[in-house]
Amino acid sequence: MKTLLLRLRLALVLVLTGLVLAGCGYNTIPTAQENAKAQWAQVQNQYQRRADLIPNLVATVQGYAKQEKDVLTAVVEARAKATSVHIDASQLTDPAKLKAFTDAQNQLSGALGHLMAISENYPDLKSNQNFLALQSQLEGTENRISVARRDYIRAVRDYNLSLRTFPGVIWASTFFRSYQPMAEFTADAGAATPPKVKF
Amino acid sequence: MVKSLIMRPVAATLLALVLAVGAMAGLTFPPLSGRVVDAAHVINAPTIAKLNGQLQALEAKSSIQLVVATVPSLQGEDIATFANEMFRAWKLGQKSTNNGVLLLVAPKEHQVRIEVGYGLEGTLTDVLSNIIITHAMVPRFKSGDLSGGISGGVDDIIAVLSGDKSSWVARQPVRSDNRSSPVNLLVLGFMLLLFMFMNWRARASGGRRASMGGSFAGGMIGGMLGGMESGGFNSGGFSSGGFGGFSGGGGSSGGGGASGGW
Repeated sequence: MKTLLLRLRLALVLVLTGLVLAGCGYNTIPTAQENAKAQWAQVQNQYQRRADLIPNLVATVQGYAKQEKDVLTAVVEARAKATSVHIDASQLTDPAKLKAFTDAQNQLSGALGHLMAISENYPDLKSNQNFLALQSQLEGTENRISVARRDYIRAVRDYNLSLRTFPGVIWASTFFRSYQPMAEFTADAGAATPPKVKF
Repeated sequence: MVKSLIMRPVAATLLALVLAVGAMAGLTFPPLSGRVVDAAHVINAPTIAKLNGQLQALEAKSSIQLVVATVPSLQGEDIATFANEMFRAWKLGQKSTNNGVLLLVAPKEHQVRIEVGYGLEGTLTDVLSNIIITHAMVPRFKSGDLSGGISGGVDDIIAVLSGDKSSWVARQPVRSDNRSSPVNLLVLGFMLLLFMFMNWRARASGGRRASMGGSFAGGMIGGMLGGMESGGFNSGGFSSGGFGGFSGGGGSSGGGGASGGW
């Protein structure tokens, strides 16, 4: 009988420990980190979606504006470079890696903006249904990219705050030493704003 | 040394509070007073009445929450960002299916946007949204007929959303965020039963292994309770359909849709 009581008490202590730890924000840091990683996956998805649109776009523009070879080549090259830079979630703590990724994507944004600007000079291209569809898909994707970036920045801010503020700072300096702050986007938001396309 | 150890977290907390306030003080949105929120006062009364009927009928048969809003100002933000933040603040669409649509018109900035929730991105695509804006809305906006443009846009959006009735009833949601499934409760109940069973065995045999098992189960339950506290056990409430009041169902948007200007 005595051992049963002891056992029950032990179980109760374990349950209470779980609750108390959760109440003290023990779960906050891993939760915030997972959230930030998920948001990063979303950022990469949307950039990938943009990259997937480009071959079709280049092919369509080529049909109407062959002489703009330089601009088209610049887009193709920037796309190749941008798709070659990958960051998996564990590298997000490295600001240099994130900067390399952002730089490559920004270069592609610039090349795309240029391509959209010259397309203004080709009335046939501008009225092509396929081009119009691609254009609105590209706009939509650029917008999704900026939403995903904003969500990522917020998630990283939450995560970094959970590491540096009470009570998370206690866990971060004891159990969660391997949890490093994540890097935010360094480039100003203006560099990644979608190329403005006027109809 | 002791002082700095105490001061550092305090300073960090203060900084966190300042940052949180800074993030909050962004955009202000009109309250979600109904399915038509004409904060810029540009839609005439008969059109508002007609839109209300259409939007209510749409939600009644498909659970899609389509909301029409006009704002007096975009507060210096571009319409895509403004519409996305407003959509999320209002939580349009059901929580599990994210099937909300926001049609936002900013007469002062001459901007219009159709913001589409995650779950409808495959139906009301960017291309279709763009076509609706450029063909049904912008020409009428240009001639000063805001009510007519909005009404035409809503007609077309509803036509797209209910174009293929069989498919949107049967289709799986594109993205389901409903985590409060009854499975959670079942698992919890099962764990409790296991816990009790282990204890009963422990009492019967007095063996050491059974005792370990019982404590283990107890720990698991503790862990689950803790997880629930932070994870969210809130129900994804189906929003009020016809009880007079109207509120968002908990949906979100990732920036789908299209914008236009006139």
